[in-house]
Amino acid sequence: MSSDAMAVQNAQIAGRPWVETLHDWVTTVDHKRIGILYVLYALTFLVIAGFEAVIIRIQLMFPHNHFVSPQVFNRLFTMHGTTMIFFVAMPILFGFANYLVPLMIGARDMAFPRLNAFSFWLTALGGVLLYFSFVGGNGLYGAGNAPDAGWWAYAPLTSKAFSPGSSSDYWTIALLVSGFGSVGTGINIIATILCMRCPGMRLTRMPLFAWLSLTMSGLILLAVTPLTAAQLMLAVDRYLGGHFFDTQAGGSATLWMHFFWIFGHPEVYVLVIPAFAFVSEIIPVFSRKPIFGYPAMVVATVCIAFVSMSVWAHHMFTIGMNSYANSFFAITTMAVGIPTGIKIFNWIGTMWGGRIQFKTPMLFCIAFLFQFLIAGLTGVIQAAAPLDWQLGLSYFVVAHFHYVIVGGILFALFGAFYYWYPKVTGRMMSESLGKLHFWLFVLGFHMTFDVMHIPGLLGMPRRIYTYEPGRGWDTLNLIVSIGAFIQGVAVLVFVANLIISYWKGAKAGNDPWDAWTLEWSVSSPPPAYNFASIPRVASRRPLWDLKHPEDPDSRYE
Amino acid sequence: MQIPRIRDWIILSAIQMSTSLFWPTTAAAAESGGPSTVLTNIFAPETTPAKSIFDLSMFVLAITGVIFVVVGTLLVYSLVKFRGTAANDGREPAQVYGSVQIGLAWTVIPILIVVVLFIASARVIHAVQDAPKPESALEVTVIGHQFWWEYRYPALGIVTANELHIPVSDPAHPRPTFLKLLSADTDHSFWIPQLNGKTDLIPNHPNSMWMDPHRPGIFLGQCAQYCGTQHAKMLLRVSVDGPEDFDTWVRAQQQPAIQDQNVIAGKRIFETTACINCHAVSGTVANGRFGPDLTHLMSRVTIASGAAENTTENLRLWIQDPEAIKPGSLMPAMKVSDTDLDALVRYMESLR
Repeated sequence: MSSDAMAVQNAQIAGRPWVETLHDWVTTVDHKRIGILYVLYALTFLVIAGFEAVIIRIQLMFPHNHFVSPQVFNRLFTMHGTTMIFFVAMPILFGFANYLVPLMIGARDMAFPRLNAFSFWLTALGGVLLYFSFVGGNGLYGAGNAPDAGWWAYAPLTSKAFSPGSSSDYWTIALLVSGFGSVGTGINIIATILCMRCPGMRLTRMPLFAWLSLTMSGLILLAVTPLTAAQLMLAVDRYLGGHFFDTQAGGSATLWMHFFWIFGHPEVYVLVIPAFAFVSEIIPVFSRKPIFGYPAMVVATVCIAFVSMSVWAHHMFTIGMNSYANSFFAITTMAVGIPTGIKIFNWIGTMWGGRIQFKTPMLFCIAFLFQFLIAGLTGVIQAAAPLDWQLGLSYFVVAHFHYVIVGGILFALFGAFYYWYPKVTGRMMSESLGKLHFWLFVLGFHMTFDVMHIPGLLGMPRRIYTYEPGRGWDTLNLIVSIGAFIQGVAVLVFVANLIISYWKGAKAGNDPWDAWTLEWSVSSPPPAYNFASIPRVASRRPLWDLKHPEDPDSRYE
Repeated sequence: MQIPRIRDWIILSAIQMSTSLFWPTTAAAAESGGPSTVLTNIFAPETTPAKSIFDLSMFVLAITGVIFVVVGTLLVYSLVKFRGTAANDGREPAQVYGSVQIGLAWTVIPILIVVVLFIASARVIHAVQDAPKPESALEVTVIGHQFWWEYRYPALGIVTANELHIPVSDPAHPRPTFLKLLSADTDHSFWIPQLNGKTDLIPNHPNSMWMDPHRPGIFLGQCAQYCGTQHAKMLLRVSVDGPEDFDTWVRAQQQPAIQDQNVIAGKRIFETTACINCHAVSGTVANGRFGPDLTHLMSRVTIASGAAENTTENLRLWIQDPEAIKPGSLMPAMKVSDTDLDALVRYMESLR
C-alpha cells in the first residue's frame, strides 16, 4: 500500500536537517510541490493585498476622512489591484492546475518539469520586484515609491512627465517578468494535456477541469503577449525617447488602452475559467450525478475563449469611439454572456434530480452559482453601452468585478481548497470551521458588494481617496467597509483551518468524497511518481466504472 | 453529526434572494429621496440623452430582473427538492448525462434575449452619439487639467473655470449645449449623472457630448477617470440658467476685470509675483493659462474646483498653503507675508 510506503519514507526522513528539506523544495521540479509553492505564495499575497483593501476601506468609511493621504491611497488601490490579479489570482489558479492536471489525466508530471519550476520562480521574482518599489521606487528624481497610476497604468499618466521616479517602471518590469512565467505555464499545460494523457483518455473523456485548463492556457498565450509588448513600448517611451503613448509628442493614449484591454479582458476569463473548472468537478460529486451536458460544456468554454478576444473595448465605452464601434463591442459582449449562461444552466441541471450533500465544498459552489448569476447579469447591464456611459468608471463597476472575482472565483477557490486539501495533505479540513468561514464570508461579502452597487448608481466614481458628504454615499460606504472587515475575519478563520487541519485533521484516505476522477485513485498525499502503473480508462468517470461495474459509464458514452 | 441541511438552504437563499430587493429599492429610494440623494443620481435624468439612457436602463433591468428570478428560483428549487436525506442515503440517483432538447432551448432563448437587448442599445447609441447639432446650439470647449476644469465659449469670447453655466433648453425651442472635450495633460472624464453619461477627455483625442437640460438648477458631478493625486477633488458644478439669467451671466463674464482703486496694492503684488505665470485676469498683464482664469473669480461659489467654498478664509488658506485644502494639487504655496496676503485676498475679492 502506498500509504505504508509514505510512513516508511517519513520515518526515514524524520532526522533530516531542515536545510535539506528547504533545498528540496527550492530545487523541486515535481508538479505537486510547484503547485503547493504557487498556492502558498499566492495566499501570502492574498493576506497582503487584503490588508491593503482594509486600509482603503477604513479611509472610505467616512467622507473627508484623513486615515491616509491621497498619495498613499493612490498607491494602495494600484497595488491592491495589481497584486490581486497578478500575484494572487493567477498564481493560485496555476498552482491548482499544476497539481491536479497531471493527476487527472493519468500522467506522472507535466510535460516540461523544469520549465514549470522556472515559471514559478519568475512569477515569484515579479512579486518581489513589485513590492520592492515601496523602498526602491524613488529613482533619480526622488519622486517615486510604489506604483500609483492604477493597475491599468493608463497613458499618459505613466509617461515621464506625469510619473517621474521609478514607480511605473517597477510596475512594468514586475509584470513583464511574471508574464513570461505565465506564458511558460500556459505552454506547459497545453503540451501536457495534448501529449501526456493516459491510454484510453481521449480528449472527449478527460475531466472538464482538464478541458478548462487547456482553454485557460490558450487564452494566456493570446492575452499576456500584447501586455508584454505594450510594457516594452512604455519602457521605450520612458527611457529610450519613444513616443508611442506620449501625447505631448503626438503619441496616442487610446493605443495603450487598446493594448491593455486586449490583454485585460481575456485575462479575466483566464481567471474565471479555472473557477468554472473547480465548480464543474465539485458539483457533480456532491450531487451524486455526472455533469449535465459534458459536450455542451466543452463547446461553451471554447466559444467563451474565442468570443472573449473580441469584447475588449467594452472597457472603453466612454473614450469616444464612434457609434458603430460602440455597437460592435456591445453585441460581442452580450454574445459572450450566452455560453456563460449555458454553463450555469448545466450546473443547475447537474444538481437537478440528484442527491445534494451540503458539505463545505458544495456550500461554496452553491454560493458561487447565485453570485456568478448576479455578476453575469450586472455584466449584461453594462454591455448595453449607453448604460455603461453612466455606470462605467463608477463603484457599480467595482462592485460588478468584485462580485465576479470574490463572489465567483474566490468562492469557487475556497470550495476547491476544502475539496482537494485532503488529497494534498492527507487530512480533512474541519467542517465546523469550514461552515463558520462560509457563513461569515457570505455575510461580509454581501454586506460589502451588494451595497457597493448603490453608490455607483448614485454617481460615485472609482479611485477617489475621499468623497463629498451629502450625496447619499456616506452610510453606504460605512456598511461596505464593515463588510470588508468581516470578510477579513472570515479569511483568518480559513487560514487557521488550513493550519490546524494540517496537524489535527481527520485522516482522509484516498477518496474521502466518493469521487470519480483519477486523482482519487492514488494515496493522499500522492506518491512523488503519482501512479505506480499508468492507468487505462474507458470513460469520463473511471472510478465510477470501478465502483459500479454493473452500470459503468463506458456503456453509455 | 447530522448536517442541518434545511436550515442551511433557508439562510442561504434568504441572503441571496434579498439581493434582488436592492435594485427596485434603490431606484425607488433614489427617486423619492431628499435633495441630497437626487444630486448625482443616474435615475433622475434632466436631459434628453440622460432620459434615453434611463429608459434603456429600465428596460434592461426588467429583462435581467426576470432572468434572475427565473434562474434563481430554479436554483433554490433544486436545492430544496433534491437535497440528500437520511432516507435515500447510499443510493445513487439516476445518472443522467444531458438532454439535447433542453440544451437547445436554453441556447436559443438567451440568443433571442441578446438580440432584443442589442437592438434596444444600438438605437440609444445612435440617438445620443449621432445627434445632429442644431443652429441654436451653444458651443462650449471643456479642457481638462490636473485637477481643474477650463471652459471656453468661443462664440461668446468667454474663458472661465470650474463652474459651468449653460442655458435651459425648452423642448419647443431647443437650445442644447454641445461640449467639445479636450485635455491639457492626462485623461479625465466629464460626469454629471443627471445631465448625461460620461465622456472622457483624452489628450490628442477630441471628444464631444451634448445636453439639453429641461429645467434650471444646480447639477453636480466630478471627474471620473483617474488623473493623478487629486482626482477625487476635481469636482464639477453646472448651473443651468433660465434665458435671462444666462444672458446676464454671459454679459458679466464678457467684461474685463473690474478695476477697483482700493485694491491697487494687492493687484501690484499679484502682477509682480509668480501668480501671473499661471493665472489670467482679463484687462491686465496677467495672461497665464496653466491655472484657472481669475477674471470673475467671485462669480464662483467654490474654489479649487469645488474643494472649498469661496470664502475669505479659504482664499487666504489656498494662497498660503494649498496642501491644507487639496494636497497634491499643482498650486504652489505662495509664501507671501501676512500683509501681502491680506492685500492679495482683497484684490481677489474685487474680481467679481
